[in-house]
Amino acid sequence: MLLIDCPHCGPRAQSEFTYDRTLDAIVTLAMLPAEAMTTIYTRANPRGWSDELWHHRFGCRGWLVVHRHTVTHAIKSVRAW
Amino acid sequence: MGSVNRYSALALLRGAFTGQKHWDRAWRDPAPKPHYDVIVIGGGGHGLSTAYYLAKVHGIRKVAVLEKGWIGGGNTGRNTTIVRSNYRQPALHRFFDFALGLWEGMSDELNFNVMFSPRGALILGHSDSDMTNLAQRGDALRCAGIDAELMTSDKIRRLVPLLDMSPSARFPIHGGLIQRRGGTARHDAVAWGYARAADALGIDVIQNCEVTGLTTAGGRVTGVATTRGAIGAGRVGICVAGNSGPVAALAGIKLPIEAQTLQAFVTEPVKPMIDTVIMSQSLHCYISQSDKGGIVLGGDPDQFPSYAQRGLPARLEKAAAEAIALVPALSRLRMVRCWSGTTDMSFDGAPIISALPVDGLYLNGGWCYGGFKATPGSGFAYAQLLATGQPHPLAVPFGLDRFAAGATVDEAGVGPMPQLR
Repeated sequence: MLLIDCPHCGPRAQSEFTYDRTLDAIVTLAMLPAEAMTTIYTRANPRGWSDELWHHRFGCRGWLVVHRHTVTHAIKSVRAW
Repeated sequence: MGSVNRYSALALLRGAFTGQKHWDRAWRDPAPKPHYDVIVIGGGGHGLSTAYYLAKVHGIRKVAVLEKGWIGGGNTGRNTTIVRSNYRQPALHRFFDFALGLWEGMSDELNFNVMFSPRGALILGHSDSDMTNLAQRGDALRCAGIDAELMTSDKIRRLVPLLDMSPSARFPIHGGLIQRRGGTARHDAVAWGYARAADALGIDVIQNCEVTGLTTAGGRVTGVATTRGAIGAGRVGICVAGNSGPVAALAGIKLPIEAQTLQAFVTEPVKPMIDTVIMSQSLHCYISQSDKGGIVLGGDPDQFPSYAQRGLPARLEKAAAEAIALVPALSRLRMVRCWSGTTDMSFDGAPIISALPVDGLYLNGGWCYGGFKATPGSGFAYAQLLATGQPHPLAVPFGLDRFAAGATVDEAGVGPMPQLR
């Protein structure tokens, strides 16, 4: 289980959080349809460090950017999105 | 395969006079050649069966299967060994039922006992809406000529007496849907059987050979760089479900796939107590008993990206709690092993068997947590794509272009959110 250091609430168990998507998969209103399609449907899917959007769903309900390693599960930083 | 190596009762009898010392190794350990017609990256069940059908059906024998570890050491050896074809959507049940047909003849075809055991795959329903869903699914299957039988709770009680059928059960059992042709198989034997049969047809199965790069010239793939040197190829097929992302990235391609972790575990071996595969419409809980006697249990995926091949203890706890609620007798058993595989979660829950934007480069992946049951069908269809450049008719719905076209095959109906499957 991950220990995620929420910038608002302090270190909390992973069970309070849900993963949403990687940071490169956020569709913005300025995107053209083709670009939005690519953003929704493709991922770098890295084997290594990754920036991910997590939701502190059962805590402060804030959205967080977690810089995390997908093999070791080490977390280098957590910041508010 | 040479007559020396053909497995039969007669060969066993002959060996009785010579101390069984005449058995040769099951497959060679060849060094990579400089060039192949087709290179298959990934020596799991899917890659090995692809190579086998390339030689057997299409007569293409200058083929190498490159495996970074040992064959069957990835997801092929990390699943719950369940084989079935009872999906609701036509694209899925047609494809998986074709695979199920190949399972039924596999041991004979490969001259290798894969211990396919069609013991019945039962999906339990715990509510009125579960039963409506199961009836709908059963109707869809029967319309396609695939066996499906809606079961009353009385029939289920007779089939699996150890289920908690009481009305006050945590998950009351209203009925179920059974596919009697479904069951389990020995997962390692599937990899070994295909490796041995492919090897006998002249295919090089090369282990400890990790692909580290793809070489291209003029927009066409020309070969691969590996930890055992460069190898040229006319066509390259990626078949590394679990690692599709990193391997496709070697060609600069991003896929609609995200890697996650799925766990399974097994209890100490006991006498036969459950002789069907038990699943549930509402729960993520898979229960079956292996031929060795252990109760094999599977549960939820971890629902966040990971290549760690180890999962959250909380998921094991949940799967165990659900299994014990369904079959209370399991509560006294001790868990002896747990393991995890890296699932190739596609963005609609269906596989991808497709050409890629680089000429001569193909992808077989995105099997989510359901690839084992597809092994022979996946290899058969992928071999056709690699041999002819044209998809097998049953694999047409699984092209990479389906996402942009809005023609996704989404059995769960949750959209491009792999963590919600």
